[in-house]
Amino acid sequence: MKCQKCPKAATLHITEVLPEEQFEELHLCEECAHKYLYEPQQKAAPKAAEAPVGEEADEVSSLNQRECPVCGIKFVEFRNSGRLGCPHDYQEFRDELTPLLENIHGETRHCGKTPRRLPQSKQTQSELLQLRKQLHQAVTKEAYEDAARIRDRIRHLEES
Amino acid sequence: MNLESLTHTSGEWLRGTGPESDIVISSRIRLARNLAAFPFTNRATAHHKTEIEAMLRERIAKLELDPKLAYINVPGLSTLDRQLLVERQLISRELAGADGPRGVALGPRETVSLMVNEEDHLRLQVMRSGFALDEAWSDIDKVDDMLEQRVSYAFSDEFGYLTACPTNVGTGMRSSVMLHLPALVLAKQIEKVFRALQKINLAVRGLYGEGSRASGDFYQISNQVTLGKSETTILSEIREVIPQIITYERQARQTLMREGRQSLQDRVSRAYGTLCSATMMTSEETMDLLSSVRLGINLGILEDITIPTVNELFIHTQPAHLQKLMGTSLDGEERNAARARYLRQRLREGGAHPN
Repeated sequence: MKCQKCPKAATLHITEVLPEEQFEELHLCEECAHKYLYEPQQKAAPKAAEAPVGEEADEVSSLNQRECPVCGIKFVEFRNSGRLGCPHDYQEFRDELTPLLENIHGETRHCGKTPRRLPQSKQTQSELLQLRKQLHQAVTKEAYEDAARIRDRIRHLEES
Repeated sequence: MNLESLTHTSGEWLRGTGPESDIVISSRIRLARNLAAFPFTNRATAHHKTEIEAMLRERIAKLELDPKLAYINVPGLSTLDRQLLVERQLISRELAGADGPRGVALGPRETVSLMVNEEDHLRLQVMRSGFALDEAWSDIDKVDDMLEQRVSYAFSDEFGYLTACPTNVGTGMRSSVMLHLPALVLAKQIEKVFRALQKINLAVRGLYGEGSRASGDFYQISNQVTLGKSETTILSEIREVIPQIITYERQARQTLMREGRQSLQDRVSRAYGTLCSATMMTSEETMDLLSSVRLGINLGILEDITIPTVNELFIHTQPAHLQKLMGTSLDGEERNAARARYLRQRLREGGAHPN
């Protein structure tokens, strides 16, 4: 049997276990199998919704373009990559994420360990995130006085 | 930490001790944590990543752990060394292959591994030989508490520990048990077991986790759900199902011994014979043959070699380990020859270590 990725003979036969009782067979030569097994693979994004039409499509496209004010990620980017941009996204996209979480976990509320130390309030957390973004912009623009002021504010919040 | 010294041992998860260690290879728990005040790794700038790494590295160094963890800067490692750590399950393939500042803090016994700037800012991992989830949980819970005193985790009352991927949010915990199930594979009952596990929301993966095949008849059983169930509940769900799988595997082994003893004996002897005399050996074939040999030892069919030796051969014949042991980099063909030579040498010595 030939390797599925190059013309060499397939020596390795891999069975991938997929969800919903599906199995995928792969036949590869040693080199390709090695690449396949050791190089990080593109992970599948959480199920994207079926392509909508008409009015619904407009709604979806405006949702897709919505952006987190803290990290700047657009909802569509999350859809494509399956990865959120910052902790604030859970608040920002709460309504959209809830059905997704329900789908993945069957639940939408945490139950279990809580940090013993009181975490910084959500507001402080988001403010810190925003300040870091501003700091980055200030440094890029070489506005060092602004940068120093933002830096002090970050230190103050971190220590409080 | 000296990676050369790692090469010659087999690490915690292949020690071959602990409860039910004829079937349960190891227990592992992983926690995903993020710092509250930074974007997640995929969205973090190089500057952020440097800051995150410096901060976590410093806080980890201050942990009052005995013995202390050694911090390894991953970009400073050769590709071969990174692969060595992946083969030992001390870092993920993702951390090995990513860009930018990142690292891992390791305990000397290889039970604790803290990955920095993986998909989440921090991935804590504790591994134990055999069926020991409770011990693993108590260890990781302690390290998590100690870290939490020093850093502000991203946490919300509603969604729990916030993670880059919503599949990990909540407890951020993935707990898994690695099993050796050769008899269920031989009896073609393994898929039935998978289906039963998937119905109760447990995932089955191969030796090297996500996207890897189950070579050597090793399977990892882990929880899928991380939100809405407490750590204790998740652990007890896994803890309850493992003894059933162990029972099925034991029954399948007994049936093989009762109804197919001769062909089983033949299979084990051929596997051993091939390992002792072949001159070219792929890692896949090695895993399959070692799996039969391991089964043979556990059933008392084969007495020339011990379980710890077989476990060590499983890891030493992986590509990066083999190349480190040979002290040189080898291409596919050369590796197959070197692997066969190494196996012959080790097995002729009755399983004793060459040093």
